[in-house]
Amino acid sequence: MSFDIDIVLARGGREFAVRVAGGPGITALVGPSGQGKTSTLDAVAGLLRPRSGRIAVDGAVLFDAAGGIDLPPQVRAAGYVFQDLRLFPHLSVRDNLLFGWRHAPAERRTLTLEEVTGFLDITPLLGRRPHTLSGGEAQRVAIGRALLSAPRFLLMDEPLTALDPARREGVIALIARIRDAFALPVLLVSHQQQDVARLADAVVEI
Amino acid sequence: MLLSAQEWGVVALSAKVSGVAILGVLPIAFALAWALARGRFRGRLVLDAVVHLPLVLPPVVIGWMLLVAFAPAGPVGGWLWRTLGVTLLFRWTGAALAAAIMALPLMVRAIRLSLEAVDPRLEQAARTLGAGPWATFRQVTLPLCAPGMLAGAVLGFARSLGEFGATITFVSNIPGETQTLPLAIYAALQVPGGEATVWRLAVVAVVLSLLALVGSEWLARRQGGVGLQGGGGAHVL
Repeated sequence: MSFDIDIVLARGGREFAVRVAGGPGITALVGPSGQGKTSTLDAVAGLLRPRSGRIAVDGAVLFDAAGGIDLPPQVRAAGYVFQDLRLFPHLSVRDNLLFGWRHAPAERRTLTLEEVTGFLDITPLLGRRPHTLSGGEAQRVAIGRALLSAPRFLLMDEPLTALDPARREGVIALIARIRDAFALPVLLVSHQQQDVARLADAVVEI
Repeated sequence: MLLSAQEWGVVALSAKVSGVAILGVLPIAFALAWALARGRFRGRLVLDAVVHLPLVLPPVVIGWMLLVAFAPAGPVGGWLWRTLGVTLLFRWTGAALAAAIMALPLMVRAIRLSLEAVDPRLEQAARTLGAGPWATFRQVTLPLCAPGMLAGAVLGFARSLGEFGATITFVSNIPGETQTLPLAIYAALQVPGGEATVWRLAVVAVVLSLLALVGSEWLARRQGGVGLQGGGGAHVL
């Protein structure tokens, strides 16, 4: 099981039970908004502490309430592509891309800046500032930043939502290529079931 | 503008007193601003009120409190004299202390606004990218709030240049030692024929204050310009 999640989340005075048993490849969380999909990604990344339960990815336990395990986010090696991207406004595209790479232990860095910028077709953007990028460019930079941080798995929050249909096809193809090229388990949140059905290897409804 | 050597001395002393005051109080102001912006502890309201006291208390009361505390027989002054052999009384260092205390509330306000304008979602992103709390602070929080912090320092510098009541009460009005710009203007007003000096020093005071206000507002706007949403920013005035 790549993603093995069984947790209870508390958010806004409500409790959500989330159970995900994902195989290899892309696991999609689908369902209407307000059901705790993003909160689940935050919990896997270590940004939100579940009320109880257990989270493991590829056999590595990240959180276990009963066992008293709660790894801090910086050691979980989650490649998190946020829905709002969250590029650092005070850094160039190059420094954004290298932010996680510089924090990663040298022996775990498997990708170079050149490989990732070539793969994502963002090499000409390296000297720019995030606020000068188009939405599609910024999204590819955010994906590149996550890939370069030497992640053990990827979390993607609504990567298809803000895109027009033509660009959405491109991103679907890109995510599939990431899965195949880097052999990373991907946990993806979306409320667009048709797109997800084509992309995901497993679909979990919450 | 042509100042006499003595008047230049006054301006230079003022700059030294204010500069030392602001550099010394900046880390304290930052720590207080951090506690007020990010801290969740009992007594936050009380701390907030205490920090703002110098803004509303008569400055002469602050000066008197400093006098009581730092007099050779006072609790702090006695200790300083016995252990280090120094006194702040009637010294420019005492003027700097008074200026620092009077500038503190404005600086805390400005820095707090700039800290609150830093989007915590960016700090979360840094954490997922492998940065621990300290690296996140240094590489994300600090650079993002730096313009606002600088704005607060400039504003505090301007405020401390104008400090009068606490200074004259605590360290008196000694030419060349504690006679800063406002004290020199006050002294010149007391002597016949001092009007020309008053005019010149007053112009210096107005120019310096205007520069500081414009500079601090410009810096605060720069922070707004790089925010996640743009706009926003920390405006103190």
